[in-house]
Amino acid sequence: MKYYATKLSDNGTVAVDDTILVKGIEATAGSRILEGFKPLFSAQAVVRLEKEGYEIAGKTHVGEFGLDLVGEFSHYSEKENKLYGAAAELVAKGEVKAALGVDMNGATRRAAAISGVSFLKPTYGTVSRYGVISCAASGEQIGVYAKNAEGIKEIMDVISGHDEKDGTSLKKDSYDYSISEVSGKKVCIIKELLEKADDETKARINAFAEGLRLAGAKVEEISLDIFDNANTAWQILMTAETCNNVSRYDGVKYGHRAKQYRNIDELYVNSRTEGFNFLTKAVILYGSDVLSKNRYKDCYSKSLKVRRVIAESYEKLMESYDAVLTPVCSKTAYEKYDIKDAFGKVYEESVFTAVANLIGVPAIVSGGVQLMGKAFGESTLLSLANSVERQGE
Amino acid sequence: MKYELVIGLETHVELSTESKIFCSCGGHSSPKEANDCVCPACSGMPGMLPIMNKKVVELAVTAGLMLNCNINRYTTFDKKNYYYPDLPCAYQITQLNHPICTDGCVTIKTGAGARDIRIKQIHMEEDAGKLVHGGKFSFVDFNRTSVPLIEIVTQPDFRSAEEVVTYLNKLKSMFRSGGISECEEGAMRCDVNISVRPEGSEEFGVRTEIKNMSSFEAIDRAIRYEAQRHMDALEFETEELVQETRRFDDASGKTFAMRNKETEADYRYFPDANLMPIIIDDEWLEQIKANKPEAVDEKAEEYREAGISDKEIDMLISNHKISKLLDDTIALGCDAKDTAAWILTDCAGILRKEGRALSELDITPEKLSAVIKMVDGGKINRNAGKKILIAVIVEGADPVEYCKEMGLDRKVDSSAIDSVIDKVITENAQAVEDYKNGKLKAIQALFGACMKELRGAGDPSVIKELLENKLK
Repeated sequence: MKYYATKLSDNGTVAVDDTILVKGIEATAGSRILEGFKPLFSAQAVVRLEKEGYEIAGKTHVGEFGLDLVGEFSHYSEKENKLYGAAAELVAKGEVKAALGVDMNGATRRAAAISGVSFLKPTYGTVSRYGVISCAASGEQIGVYAKNAEGIKEIMDVISGHDEKDGTSLKKDSYDYSISEVSGKKVCIIKELLEKADDETKARINAFAEGLRLAGAKVEEISLDIFDNANTAWQILMTAETCNNVSRYDGVKYGHRAKQYRNIDELYVNSRTEGFNFLTKAVILYGSDVLSKNRYKDCYSKSLKVRRVIAESYEKLMESYDAVLTPVCSKTAYEKYDIKDAFGKVYEESVFTAVANLIGVPAIVSGGVQLMGKAFGESTLLSLANSVERQGE
Repeated sequence: MKYELVIGLETHVELSTESKIFCSCGGHSSPKEANDCVCPACSGMPGMLPIMNKKVVELAVTAGLMLNCNINRYTTFDKKNYYYPDLPCAYQITQLNHPICTDGCVTIKTGAGARDIRIKQIHMEEDAGKLVHGGKFSFVDFNRTSVPLIEIVTQPDFRSAEEVVTYLNKLKSMFRSGGISECEEGAMRCDVNISVRPEGSEEFGVRTEIKNMSSFEAIDRAIRYEAQRHMDALEFETEELVQETRRFDDASGKTFAMRNKETEADYRYFPDANLMPIIIDDEWLEQIKANKPEAVDEKAEEYREAGISDKEIDMLISNHKISKLLDDTIALGCDAKDTAAWILTDCAGILRKEGRALSELDITPEKLSAVIKMVDGGKINRNAGKKILIAVIVEGADPVEYCKEMGLDRKVDSSAIDSVIDKVITENAQAVEDYKNGKLKAIQALFGACMKELRGAGDPSVIKELLENKLK
């Protein structure tokens, strides 16, 4: 029970993170502020799965609004000393075939890496965001946890495609998730990112690179200094958008409302003080600061420019390579820590994941490492991951 | 010292669309009870995403074309953040950086002459809901949330309250006839920016903003009050003017400063990532242009030049069928002002007696022009013309035949009138007696008897004069 916020079926094959709506089932995104909220409709991805005969096993715990490292700070779940994500663990234990999670600031990818399962964050706009408890609209995407690339392909074939209920959904009916041979594919390792990881993680990268070479791909190390800037830009955009999107949780319409208040201002302040955890509050403060009149130009506006510049340099890199091989986390396991340190820790760890959210390119986690590709390059990423996964069988 | 008034206007207009701006809920005026026109999107539930209503873009472009604006082919939405219970998402979706229309111009005419008012921009946005306060509780009604609005922002080009009201009336008749908005009570709301400076000065004075007024009469009073307040402050140093937001109190006729808290908010505008930029290509723009109703603005001007009153123009412009009848009748050679009076006074009066509205008027321009021409040509008098008109409208009669049949076009010479008057005088001795004894009203009965005898023929003024002479 500790993995599920709500268990729905013993025969279910797919679990759904609590940041994704299932009609009539309480959805909280791990936050007390949404306590008791029951959505009137299911997310488009869930509708598509159910239509194809997949039964939903249940709603899995997430860290509040998916803002933490791997899902450790949910209002509703207690964790042991080692940190892991609920959905990733369920997949790792084989209790479900796959799970859906919202990749917004890397928590889903980190959880997959820690639990040793695979996860794909697809290209922005390929899976409908209708029914996602949205935080950072410009970079979040529903992704898939599965045992391996083949498991991801199966679910992606079902949930991707145009949805008229999402204005950011691309007008394409189908995408290529086919898995094929990878000989001749070119992969680069980023020196700057490798240096940020511990020895165990470096060893994983090297082992994965060996696997790719064995499958016929070319792997080489290069230097590219865009990731710190990409991370800073994304943290600014992400906190700003999140601050704005969670401002609707005000205690007036649904979810948690403080018992004590004398006027509307107190209703807002008390409900939100009680409803959000320390990390969400930090994100809200950071986000409203970067959007304020005095800072907007230097922070938010500049980040949008950085986004464009980085998209250009990444595209240029992708003229020479098919994928980028990087760590997902700086280490192979996280220890318990105080929530007051969460904002800084997440910021630090997001240096590996942020660029994919910032510019919308796909990223796959497999064997505890990450491969990032070109926009719509999922087929290549799945093939590369598959080529190494097969060697371990 | 002589002072000059400088005013800029921000006008919010509710658009007449069938659905709201970002969801499929019914648009304005459809809901009957509180919250019966609400869905998860317009009530701010998580998981819902805004989907642009194409019709809103088209109406905003149409308004821009009418106000001679540049239509921006690339237009985007921004979020404006503030907390209020009638704003379910705690942000309003509006346009800040790339509004749909910019740099327009509209000409207004007042007693002070014609003047061009520059339009800074027109942007699209969503409306907020409503709070209803009752006893211990306040209630939220989201029917109006996400109803589409356009906001029209002018440059500070107005120099009097009269110009402002003239401009607003012009917008109203343009938008009504253009199918952009019904502009009914409350659907047009204004913020007025006002300052005063010594005449001839190029610099602006301290500016205050009077928020959220919907009655033109109140706007007129508010501007006059505020202008006087500014002038008194400058002339007699009654107070120090500060840049601030004020509200107009209708009962006292005064403006009051609003709390600072409400006015100094930082709205933290930023782009809405859920709505992709809208690209208006040539094909779409041409389509909107083709569907745009004829330039009623020019039409109104044409009517005004023909001497038709503003009130009549308002009635004509808001009713396409009636203005077309007028145009077609004028085309058959009738005088514009005269024809407008026949339609809006006589035809309207006849229908009113029948319990019908002017919009139900069913008369061909040929029949109407036939009646008007008989009167203008002196063939019959106006009363006879009215009689014919009744027969035409109520019974569908042919005016020329009806006139002949009833003998209304009988030529009446003064000797015939003479003999009728003589006859009436002999037959109504009592009335003649009364009149001669000073009861001047008695002449009405005698005049009426003459008219009856003549069956409507003859010029009433001539008859009256002859009658008076005989009674002397």
